[in-house]
Amino acid sequence: MPRYILGRVLQAIPVFLGTTFLIYFMVFAMPGDPLLALFGDKTPNPALLAQLRAQYHLDQPFLVQYWYYMTGIFQGNLGVSFSGEPVTAILARTFPVTARLAIMALVIQSVAGIAVGLVSGLRKGKLFDASALVVSLILISVPIFVIAFVAQFVFGIQLGWARTTVGSGAPTQDLILPAFVLASVSFAVIVRLTRSSVIEAQSTDYVRTAYSKGLGRNRVIPVHILRNSLIPVVTYLGTDFGVLLVGATITEGIFNIPGVGNTLYKAIVLGQGPTVVSFVTVMVLLYLVVNLLVDLLYGLLDPRIRYV
Amino acid sequence: MSTSENLTPARPLLEIKNLEVAFKTQNGMVKALKGVDITLMPGKTLAIVGESGSGKSTTAHAIINLLPGSGKITGGEVLFDGKDLSKLSQKEIQFIRGREIGFVPQDPMANLNPVWSIGFQVEEAIRANGIAKGRAEVKKRAIQVLKEAGLEDADKRMKQFPHQFSGGMRQRVLIGMGLSSSPKLLIADEPTSALDVTVQRKILDHLETLTRDSGTALLFITHDLGLAAERAEQLVVMYKGRVVESGPSREILQNPLHPYTQRLVAAAPSLASRRIQSGRQSVVAAAGTPLYAGAADAGVTESIDLVSAAAARAEQVAHTPAAGNAIEVRDLTKIYKIRGAKGDAKTLKAVDSVNFSIARGTTMALVGESGSGKSTVARMLLRLEDATSGEIRIDGVDTAPLAGRELLNLRRRMQPVFQDPYGSLNPLRNIGNTIGEPLDVHKVGDRKSRRARVFELLDQVSLPRTLAGRYPNELSGGQRQRVAIARALSLKPDMVILDEAVSALDVLVQAQILRLLSELQEELSLTYLFITHDLAVVRVIADNVSVMQGGRIVEAASTDEVFGNPRMEYTKELLDAIPGAHIPLGV
Repeated sequence: MPRYILGRVLQAIPVFLGTTFLIYFMVFAMPGDPLLALFGDKTPNPALLAQLRAQYHLDQPFLVQYWYYMTGIFQGNLGVSFSGEPVTAILARTFPVTARLAIMALVIQSVAGIAVGLVSGLRKGKLFDASALVVSLILISVPIFVIAFVAQFVFGIQLGWARTTVGSGAPTQDLILPAFVLASVSFAVIVRLTRSSVIEAQSTDYVRTAYSKGLGRNRVIPVHILRNSLIPVVTYLGTDFGVLLVGATITEGIFNIPGVGNTLYKAIVLGQGPTVVSFVTVMVLLYLVVNLLVDLLYGLLDPRIRYV
Repeated sequence: MSTSENLTPARPLLEIKNLEVAFKTQNGMVKALKGVDITLMPGKTLAIVGESGSGKSTTAHAIINLLPGSGKITGGEVLFDGKDLSKLSQKEIQFIRGREIGFVPQDPMANLNPVWSIGFQVEEAIRANGIAKGRAEVKKRAIQVLKEAGLEDADKRMKQFPHQFSGGMRQRVLIGMGLSSSPKLLIADEPTSALDVTVQRKILDHLETLTRDSGTALLFITHDLGLAAERAEQLVVMYKGRVVESGPSREILQNPLHPYTQRLVAAAPSLASRRIQSGRQSVVAAAGTPLYAGAADAGVTESIDLVSAAAARAEQVAHTPAAGNAIEVRDLTKIYKIRGAKGDAKTLKAVDSVNFSIARGTTMALVGESGSGKSTVARMLLRLEDATSGEIRIDGVDTAPLAGRELLNLRRRMQPVFQDPYGSLNPLRNIGNTIGEPLDVHKVGDRKSRRARVFELLDQVSLPRTLAGRYPNELSGGQRQRVAIARALSLKPDMVILDEAVSALDVLVQAQILRLLSELQEELSLTYLFITHDLAVVRVIADNVSVMQGGRIVEAASTDEVFGNPRMEYTKELLDAIPGAHIPLGV
């Protein structure tokens, strides 16, 4: 097991180097001068411009800039945004907000998705199952921003249950509606995944054997049907983490949540290289860690998979 | 417990009356059981025999009300101890299951939940039936149950998972679970059909002792008539959802009345091999006379074919001048690197200096238990795997250095047929394309001639030409195996490697395929390497036999010699394990 984890951590190194390089290169290749954009309509003083260029190493070739950036990272310095605020400070401010949003969404989609999928699978072909299938199909096929606008309109304006935009500080009760929106697509996928694996598990030989031993439904369903059906769902949750991050960017934009996604989006628009690269790098690292955890959890759920 | 039953011996433990079961399909309800009557007295053993699809397993599942979702009992009654099980509520039947009726399912690989440890699954059964209370008590009883079922170091293996157990060990676990609460009745659905003959024998002996000791009645389902007759006092023969014949085993075996039972008796290889033996003797004794008088009267047509075919082959092989060796194997060895218990590297000698040769146009059988290295030899012959050392010569040419074009040409002359007719056909390709695929790969002829060849092959394996457009899931197991044979023959090979090619088939289908193989051999002068764990089949098809054990060939001789005068203890053991081998036959 420790050897397996070490291997996975070592794997993360080339991934980390590759992604930072790729993102840095793309930001570098973006057209337009980010400094000129800062000055807007004013014509900047050429001396000041040259000084700023030197400060942000913008007058150096690409590889040198990348080198400065990488050496900074290993000293815990993620660079400074053009507004003068260190990127680490921006991360520290925005990250907890997004983490709260993502965890709420994760809990909603897994708990509700597995519960609905289980009932659906056990009552295959009945009214509940049919409705669950229709609702999940709608959620999958409608883009997330449409769901977000509908939710804002219905729950925020018509019913008045929630605020349509989230203020600064992002209080947790304001994040409930965005979390539901963010969870919606994955919820639908999990319902369908759980449903089909529950249906499959019900007709397996080992479930029949479990009944033949004299066990009741109350035991067979959680222990032999649900437990085995969770394996594909957990796998999905791992890969789904990326979708969650992308969804967070859109949802945060619509609900005006001061989180990672929102900040990243603005940084891309303004061409703030250090901020974009740092944010994406952190996201990539997070993705790697989450998937490592999922793989380890997978080994716990399915003893046939052993890490040596 | 058994004393009270002895006081009222007249009352049957299980009485199935006119049971009807139907399955819901897209074309309405389809009847699977059409009025089944079975009576089983306490403490007795009864076997249900029939081919797959005859309704044996459906009967077993109907008794404990565990039919699959689409199945329903539509008529009749299942009286167990006087209660009609089909009319009980969920709660009531749940109380009977496990506690009063134990169930041992068919496939040990699929019947244990892969995510729970063996101990967990046994303890669960014990707790559900109130056999023991408290953690330690339950665990103690679970270990005891597993030990009784013949699992030696049960206490150490409780924490292990099903995938760490062999098929035989899993079957022991399932038998242990079925018997864990000393039920009055144990239903065993083909408990050993997935296992080697020697393991089968051990498990059945064990099951017999356990049920005898506890006075448990045994309802035992099998497709092997020899096995049924050897193990059960009473026999029920099922065919297409009906009981066609029932009564004392020996009586049915020696004097089958229904035509289906007669065919079944005739086709069972375990019994047929006995017949050949006696048949051969009578050929020698009274050359020219019919193999056995009365055979035709009894309607035993299939067996005559098998017996006379085998006899004719023996003659033919004896009189053909030696045509040289098609396959020659010298000191063939295969060593695998495996990971040991502590992650250290170990080596496993799967095949250990094996030598044999097969003369052109003859059949050699390679026999042994699973794990003896038979299939590894086959894979090396086909160059699907490289030998660690040793030499394989095909028509005198060493195959090891062949590559590219030459290897392709070798494969063209040597074709495989594998065990699992379900797994070896691509479900997304229709039969015509499957059979024609080797022709495409080797670029033989044009589209039209390939099409013609596919039809010719379908004719050769006696399949209708209309089958070309159908898909594997629409075919029966026997038909699929014919397709696999047709595919192997499509390139007109000289050699066919048959790896357990008939092991997964019903006896009647098995007989058909064996006959087809010997006809094709005669017609196309093929060389067969026939790999099997079933010695009964060997008797019917092979000219020579090599017995493998632990990667070595321990005995090699002509079929007659091996059967008539086995030299090795291991071979004798294999021969003894053929079910029904000791039953005196009426013919």
